[in-house]
Amino acid sequence: MKLNDYEKSMLAGEFGCPRRRALQQQIEVGIFFDARDFVEVSQVHLMADTESLGEAGVEYLEELASHPEKDRKVSIPTITDPRGIDLCRFRALRQKEEWARLEMRAIAAFESFGILMTNTCINYQIVQAPVFGEHLAFGDTGSVIYANSVCGARSNFEGGPAALSAAFTGRVPRYGYHLDRHRRATHVFDIGFQPVDFADWGALGAVIGQRTGSYWNVPALTGVEPTPTSDQLKHFGAALASHGSVPLFHIDGVTPEASDISKVLDAHLLSLPGGSITAADIDDFYQKQDRHKGKVDVVALAAPQLSLAEMQLIAGLIEGRHVHKDTDFVIATAPEVKAACDRMAITRTLEEAGVMVLEGVCFYQMYAKETGEANGWKNLVSNSAKLVNIIQGYGYVPVLATTERCVDAAVIGSV
Amino acid sequence: MIERIIIRGHRGIGGTVSAIALVADDDFSARYDLDRINGVFSRPAHVLYGQSYVGRVLVLNAAKGGVATSWMLREMKCRDMAPAALLLNSSNPIMAQGAAFAGLPFMDRFDDDITVRINTGDRVTVEPGAGLVTISF
Repeated sequence: MKLNDYEKSMLAGEFGCPRRRALQQQIEVGIFFDARDFVEVSQVHLMADTESLGEAGVEYLEELASHPEKDRKVSIPTITDPRGIDLCRFRALRQKEEWARLEMRAIAAFESFGILMTNTCINYQIVQAPVFGEHLAFGDTGSVIYANSVCGARSNFEGGPAALSAAFTGRVPRYGYHLDRHRRATHVFDIGFQPVDFADWGALGAVIGQRTGSYWNVPALTGVEPTPTSDQLKHFGAALASHGSVPLFHIDGVTPEASDISKVLDAHLLSLPGGSITAADIDDFYQKQDRHKGKVDVVALAAPQLSLAEMQLIAGLIEGRHVHKDTDFVIATAPEVKAACDRMAITRTLEEAGVMVLEGVCFYQMYAKETGEANGWKNLVSNSAKLVNIIQGYGYVPVLATTERCVDAAVIGSV
Repeated sequence: MIERIIIRGHRGIGGTVSAIALVADDDFSARYDLDRINGVFSRPAHVLYGQSYVGRVLVLNAAKGGVATSWMLREMKCRDMAPAALLLNSSNPIMAQGAAFAGLPFMDRFDDDITVRINTGDRVTVEPGAGLVTISF
């Protein structure tokens, strides 16, 4: 890789060990993907929950934190993805004290780097929306796909260690979605189905993700009307990234690079793979996600965290009712949204109905297996096609349901 | 006499290692697919469900899913509960970043479908720096 003088100095250790080590790792990845040079980035979104970090990861952070302040401070604004523990509510979830202690050690290290503890995966909705053409190092796949697709910004999936490296160096290897040539459509899907609920949008994302199926493929959609909302595209993108590992989509007449779909199609690739997505395809997906009948142990709304508008919607659906005594209803949102909900009495409505409102975490990122075992959770219902995909590996039997059906399941205690 | 089959891929990450292969025509995410505490595949729908990957050259099709794998590979390695190496037909950045962070031998982009060329139980030597995988009989 070609390095400029600043990068050469960094590699020589002139700006401290953490920056040198970070650049070395980035060069390894850059060579792996044939990057020719680095590109400066303006924001970092860091995924680093303690379940993923483990003791080894936290020790790594603490070692970095032992370096002089000038060497360990991040060089650009850096914010965090959901944490592994909601420190206010972990006991109510029967989570272990040792996880909370590990979490506090990680937070202390992050704060010593000057990282902003936003603890959210919906940063594009509530912290700082990316700008068209802005180069980023974003972590959570849902935040990457939203930034790339809806905002027209440019980021690869940056896992925690890589995002932390970008925070120290202020740059990433220039490959993948930083380059024009990777942002062209490789698949075209004609949408003959009108998604309504968030679960429908997630199902659509999942079906397209399964058919697109690679990080290096870019689906373009035609026939989407009317223009979707931010929350609808959030669920669509999160499911697409989760089921297909896809970091970018285009929607004809909606997303900024595809104001006309011809702008993302290469003339010699006019008959791209893809095809039609019909209501029957979506019904088929729902049926495959219908894994249990009867008693519901937990209804989980998360992945992505809920926006203020979603919180208001759920509060409206459950107001005047109560969660069934044998079922738990858990919602995860961002700390800033939670504060707004507290102020607007949305939290009170939810909690009076028996809903547990978690902040700064996401359901699958908070020791889901052990927490499920401690609470007797196996049969799960969610409106998130992303959560339904991930949570199976943690021993749950999930069902995908519309938002209204999720709330009903929590109240009735069954599906 | 020892017979060898040599397979070429893109230059990879990490050092040379030899171990027994565990192969499947399926995809890979540490978060979605593994019980990392016990070192087995835990996702019921995965072809390798219930099998241990610890100390094996793990050979699968493509990287999938979320970003957590890049922390997890090093965490698994620190507990001696990681694969010896990881070979994929197609990677995403997360696997490469995680391998670089963990120092885990990792390669992708082979001449041929790597899940077909290597069988479970083969003794495999992975040389990421040279972009070579050798099967010994």
